[in-house]
This record gives sequence, C-alpha cells and structure tokens, in this order.
Amino acid sequence: MTRRQLMRHAGWFGGAVVLSVAGGEVISHIADHHDQVAAAAASDPNALRFVQVSDSHIGFDGPANTDVTGSFEHALDRINSLGFRPDFVMHTGDLTHLSTPAQFDQVKQMLSTARTERVFVVPGEHDAVGDGGRAYLRTFGANTSGDGWYSFDTHGVHFLALVNTLSLEKAGHLGPEQIDFVRKDLAAVKPDTPVVVFSHIPLFAMYPQWGWSTDDALQVIAMLRRFSSVTCLNGHVHQLFTKTEGNITFHSATTTAYPLPAPGHAPAPTPQVLPARQLEDALGIRTVAYREGDQALALKEERLT
Amino acid sequence: MRSYARKTRSGAVALALAGAFGLLSACGGAGGGKAGGGLQAPPGGSLAGMPGATGSASPSMPGMDMPTPSGRAGGGTQAPPVAGNAVVIKGFAFAPAALTVKAGAKVTWTNKDSDAHTVTSQGSGGPLNSAAMNTGDTFSYTFAKPGTYRYLCTIHPFMTATVTVTP
Repeated sequence: MTRRQLMRHAGWFGGAVVLSVAGGEVISHIADHHDQVAAAAASDPNALRFVQVSDSHIGFDGPANTDVTGSFEHALDRINSLGFRPDFVMHTGDLTHLSTPAQFDQVKQMLSTARTERVFVVPGEHDAVGDGGRAYLRTFGANTSGDGWYSFDTHGVHFLALVNTLSLEKAGHLGPEQIDFVRKDLAAVKPDTPVVVFSHIPLFAMYPQWGWSTDDALQVIAMLRRFSSVTCLNGHVHQLFTKTEGNITFHSATTTAYPLPAPGHAPAPTPQVLPARQLEDALGIRTVAYREGDQALALKEERLT
Repeated sequence: MRSYARKTRSGAVALALAGAFGLLSACGGAGGGKAGGGLQAPPGGSLAGMPGATGSASPSMPGMDMPTPSGRAGGGTQAPPVAGNAVVIKGFAFAPAALTVKAGAKVTWTNKDSDAHTVTSQGSGGPLNSAAMNTGDTFSYTFAKPGTYRYLCTIHPFMTATVTVTP
C-alpha cells in the first residue's frame, strides 16, 4: 500500500470514527487515526477549512454571561489566530438576542473582522423576534432565496444553508417552499459529492419538548439519503452533541454566549450560570477540515479557555 | 491498486462497525470532485454571505436600514401589575396558564426569566403583539371584548397560554 493509499485509508477510518462516537473500544482505538487525519487535513493548505460559530446572542445580559460581546470577540480572536485563513466562517444563528437594529449592526460589524474569504450566516429564532425575520433579511439576506436560504460549493463539497426559525408558531420548521428549493438544488448534485447542511435548530429530534427539533425535516432527510456522506451542522442547543442516522451525521455546536442544560436535565432550557472559568470551558468554536477524496469531514472543537 | 484499497476499507468497516451505517456504497475511491477551492454560487445565482476581513484592517460595512421596532398592541409597558390581572413568565411558562378577567381589564405580563420572551396572539389578527421582553420587562394589554385569547412566545412556541375575557 502506498503512502497515499494509506492516508486515504486512514481518512476513511477518520470518517468512521466521526460517525460512531458512541462506539466501544475498537472504535475509540481508531480515534487515534482520526486525530491524525484531522490534523493532517487541518494543516493541508489545499484542504477545505472552515469555522462554525453559533449563538452569540449579542444583546443578552444576564448572570449566565454578563459580557457576551467580550465572549464573541474572544471567539473572533480565536478564529484570527488559528494559524490559517479559513475558507469561510459560518455563524449558525442567534446572532442577536432580541433582533434589534443595533444588535444586528453590532454583530455584522464584529463578523466583518473575521479574517476569512467569506462570512455566511443563518438566522436563529432570536434573530426573528417581533418581525418574522425582516430585519435579519435586510442585514444578511443578500443573494439568498426565499426567506434567506441558499447553497454554494467549494473544494468539491456542496453546502446548503437552511432557515428553520422564521415560523412564528413552530420553532424548527422549514416549510414547503424551502423543501422544494432543496429538492431542486440537490437534483444536480452527484451522490458521491459530500453534502454539508447548516441550520440553526437541529434537523434531528434532539429534544422536541424544548423546541430542539424541526417538525418537517424528514422530508429533507429523505432527499439526503442518496448521498454517500452528509454532515448536518446546527446551533440552538448551546452544547456539543453528535448523532448518526445512516449516512447522515448531525453535530450540534456549542455557543459563544452561555450554556443550556442537557436535554431533560432541567425543568426548562434556562441559561446556565457557571463560575467564570467553567463558562469559558462551555463556550467554543468549531473548525472543520476536508480534503477531496476523504470520506468525511474532520471536526475539531476548540474551547474559549 | 484501487481495488486493493477498496477491499481493505470494506473489510475494516465490517470489523469495526458491523455495518452500522451505510457508507460501503461510497467506497469508490476519491470521486470526481471539482479541483481546487473557491466559493461558488449555484448556476445562475450569486454568492450569499459577505466578505470577511483581509489582514488586520477591517473593511467598512455598508449602511443598514434602521427599522423601527414593531408596534405594540394595546397599552404601554410602564404600568405596574394589577393584582389578579397579572401573568408572570417564569421557568419558560406563563403563570397562570389560563387567566380569566372581566371585559375592560388590563392584564400585565412580567418576564422573570433570564431568557427573553414574547406575548403574541396565536393565529393571525390577534391583538397581543409584544416586543421582545428581556428580564424584568413588562407588557400590558386592555381586553375590551369578551372571548378567549390564545397566545404564545414566538421565541419558544411551546410556551402557550390563554386569557378568557368575560362580559
């Protein structure tokens, strides 16, 4: 086996590990390979490398975090000191806490300091308070379709950015118009193309009692079944969580603002108050690397400590 | 060589995962992905998002529309709660979840949660339409007409409650 084949082999193993986090000892042994592959991809200037940040909640002021602006600045500093310039930065929503013009202006200016080719966003429900997302779309909706959804391609990966937070009475709802967009968008994508789907609220049923699910996501999930590798990256739940359903892996991201309780571990999804040092441990950013030919994307979580 | 690699991978997955997920069909090698990077919009479209920063200098941002906050139905937010006509928002719930008042009564909601909430009529055309309520904020509405008013928090739509107005 040549070195190239070995690397590809290891890359495939890396995908296996990502998709089987809950596995037993055999799989955790393979995780060593995954770490190597992730490091190799992250250090490869020809690889796709992007950053996911989420739930900055600019405007929040409470004991769970008395300085969300400082925390988000910290996250941006981290992005700007990764040692490489990410191909793009994706903020997966709840950019603001109360959807005010001043909060949108502030978060947009802060995001513009990220040293990257492009900054993408999708809205959270906190970005649509009181106006169904109109202020959000005025700020960030350029070149998007419908109520703000869009797609793009780079490094042989197809990306979908979906909006499931603008329905007033159903948090976690895509709607028929957007589902039709996804159907048409995916029609031209080959099944061996890796697909990454961004949304604010998870597309899987993480905890519907707290609005941590998308009621009509199964129609999109069904369209994603024919692809060999699908990665869904969401925010909303303010904590890391990974789930695999066949060819699709879901990764919930943490926040830069404040943690929320684990599903069902509290009466309500109330912002959690932690000692300052522990708060930084709970906040973070996610870097994602992918080299063409690898089977899966390599994710790395970085705490803001 | 390709077939050897493929066989090795397939064997490995069977060993490690016992076919727990359906990746085997994807073991056809590197695939025919497009070469190189560069963000591409879909055919006929333009790229969403906005440019990031180059180097240390921050580009100036284009101006923004400054929409006025959405209007608030009914009374203002300054009035103190009136005993018997008050709803507390706490623990991601409205309490009481079912309030009954006489026509002409003014109901005041107070947010005692650390997260923000709204008081918004369900369905279209309802009278309740608060702005986002931060911790400690209040919202009031005077119910002139008898009836049952169902409402929710649009940020957390699982929070629902009713006000029943009697003649």
